[in-house]
Amino acid sequence: MTAVATEAPARDFRLIDSTLRDGSHAISHQYEVPQVEAIVRGLDAAGVQVIEVAHGDGLGGSSFNYGFSKVNELELVEAAVNATTNAQIACLLVPGIGTVDDLRRVRDLGVGVARIAVHCTEADITEQHIKIAHDLGMEAIGFLMMAHMNTPAGLLQQARLLESYGADTIYIADSAGALTTNEVRARVAEIVGGINVPLGVHAHQNLQLAVANSIAAYEEGARNLDGTSAGLGAGAGNCPTEILAAVCEKNGINSGVNPLALMDVAEEITRPLMPRAQVVDRAGLLLGYAGVYGSFLLHAQKAAERYGVSQAEILLELGARKAVGGQEDMIIDVAVELARKHAAMEGTS
Amino acid sequence: MGLPVAIIGSGNIGTDLMYKLGRSDQLDLVALIGIDPESDGLTRARALGYEAPANGIDWVSENPNAVKLVFDATSAYVHVRHAKVLAELGITAVDLTPAARGPKVIPPVNLMEHLDAPNVNMVTCGGQATTPMVAAVSRVTRVPYAEMVSTVSSKSAGPGTRQNIDEFTRTTSKALEEIGGAEIGKAIIILNPAEPPILMRNTVFCALPEGTDHDAVRESVISMVADVAKYVPGYRLKQEPVIEEGPFNTPGGVVPHRVVVLLEVEGAGDYLPTYAGNLDIMTAAAVRVGEAIATHQEVSA
Repeated sequence: MTAVATEAPARDFRLIDSTLRDGSHAISHQYEVPQVEAIVRGLDAAGVQVIEVAHGDGLGGSSFNYGFSKVNELELVEAAVNATTNAQIACLLVPGIGTVDDLRRVRDLGVGVARIAVHCTEADITEQHIKIAHDLGMEAIGFLMMAHMNTPAGLLQQARLLESYGADTIYIADSAGALTTNEVRARVAEIVGGINVPLGVHAHQNLQLAVANSIAAYEEGARNLDGTSAGLGAGAGNCPTEILAAVCEKNGINSGVNPLALMDVAEEITRPLMPRAQVVDRAGLLLGYAGVYGSFLLHAQKAAERYGVSQAEILLELGARKAVGGQEDMIIDVAVELARKHAAMEGTS
Repeated sequence: MGLPVAIIGSGNIGTDLMYKLGRSDQLDLVALIGIDPESDGLTRARALGYEAPANGIDWVSENPNAVKLVFDATSAYVHVRHAKVLAELGITAVDLTPAARGPKVIPPVNLMEHLDAPNVNMVTCGGQATTPMVAAVSRVTRVPYAEMVSTVSSKSAGPGTRQNIDEFTRTTSKALEEIGGAEIGKAIIILNPAEPPILMRNTVFCALPEGTDHDAVRESVISMVADVAKYVPGYRLKQEPVIEEGPFNTPGGVVPHRVVVLLEVEGAGDYLPTYAGNLDIMTAAAVRVGEAIATHQEVSA
């Protein structure tokens, strides 16, 4: 070992913060430059190594379907790059929503990490994006969403595809917050044993298991964990980084980040900008219970108000129809159909 | 006697097209051309009594007078080479790949505009399904921004689409602008692996500026759906068009309303099962274009 005595002990895992990407869902993509600057400075000072910035649905996500960004995401990315001292800035891209042109634009702004996100059975649409991210000199992370919808063996096969395209790190994302701790363990153990690159886990709070699942993932060999400040994110929220850091310290796991500094960021910067408390209410729990994509939450709330139907009913129907991430348009379809059915029933009674 | 035509490419699209051409009065299918004699497409072509050569574009060069029009159902990369060969031979090309060498054609919108073009492009499945809806709106009001979301079953998305999914979004968004008449277009595609496979779904959103006649928008959309359904029988509205209140901060400016058109496309089940409406709409539109060219050539001859 050649480690110099004055260096901090090596981190046991890498924390990727997604407050400025997944958190964007929770504020309906209304981030402004000063908020981005404050969050980046706070996270950077707390020791976070990677900070992800983009529309919640990734680069190019600003749309009717997912909600328009208040401020162009490229301005937000540029602000983040300028505000950071040590942390790398990452972007997420969902092929089919954004294109490699978006990757080129953010690379020019100084983004060093590209997360290429895809439904957990469709890895073969990412080959071009992973290769181009590499060609652009970025770290390429393959990100398998809705991991509850595939088996451990199925996920491993998809992870191997991502690895074959050149992914430097593979992630599984519990986008519906539907996985129990045992299910996370089984998936991580299976994948870690079958790939030669590090694995990461992105957890959600819909079953109130985000921290427990992240720790379990670490214990099974995951060496990247995602979280957001105060849990700000889709559905009932993400793994709250300040809690994760605190639990890690108590468990003797070196997260490399300062829990007290993260608590300050959560309390003083993130919470004041939250339009609603990030809690597991009925709708949030239903997402995890029925396996529904977390980002549908607020869109379903809006459609429920517009068409006079129940948000819970919409979410359950989306689960029954096996909607995948990105199918926000189906929310309108379901809401209109439910409203029509209810009207027809009233008419006949 | 119809116009003699060939299909090059014996995969899903080419084979489905073969069955549809078999029902056309204006087009006489001569050959389904592939590169693998054992392929399912060529085997079926032989059984139906069509020529089924396995030497690709060379067959066309060797038989320059056998056909007047070729449907290319290979890949964008291959079509670039084919386009050159066909142009030299004076054979019209209907391109079902995203190569886009020639003008884009969406039958109910601009079918008659490019009948003399040596090469026409069929855009994408999502483009065929959604551009007519944008055109329906833009003929009654200004459309500062339009967006489409296509969701197709994983099983119906072939390797060509998967390897170059960006091509889909780029080509389709351009079609929404150039042919649909939107000032800014955006396209999104989602693959859904559910079993049993879902039917192709398409959602079209158009920004509606202040002062738009909403009834005229609804009527125009409904009438355009009927126009598409004439050549794609499984094309239909899932719900009546809905007008939603904003405001919406679109890239084309803030607008007070949007129209949402929810569509599904059930395939005719010629070669692939009915869930593959995305392939069906491409081949059905290609036949429509081929027939219009045939009629036009007959009239001009």
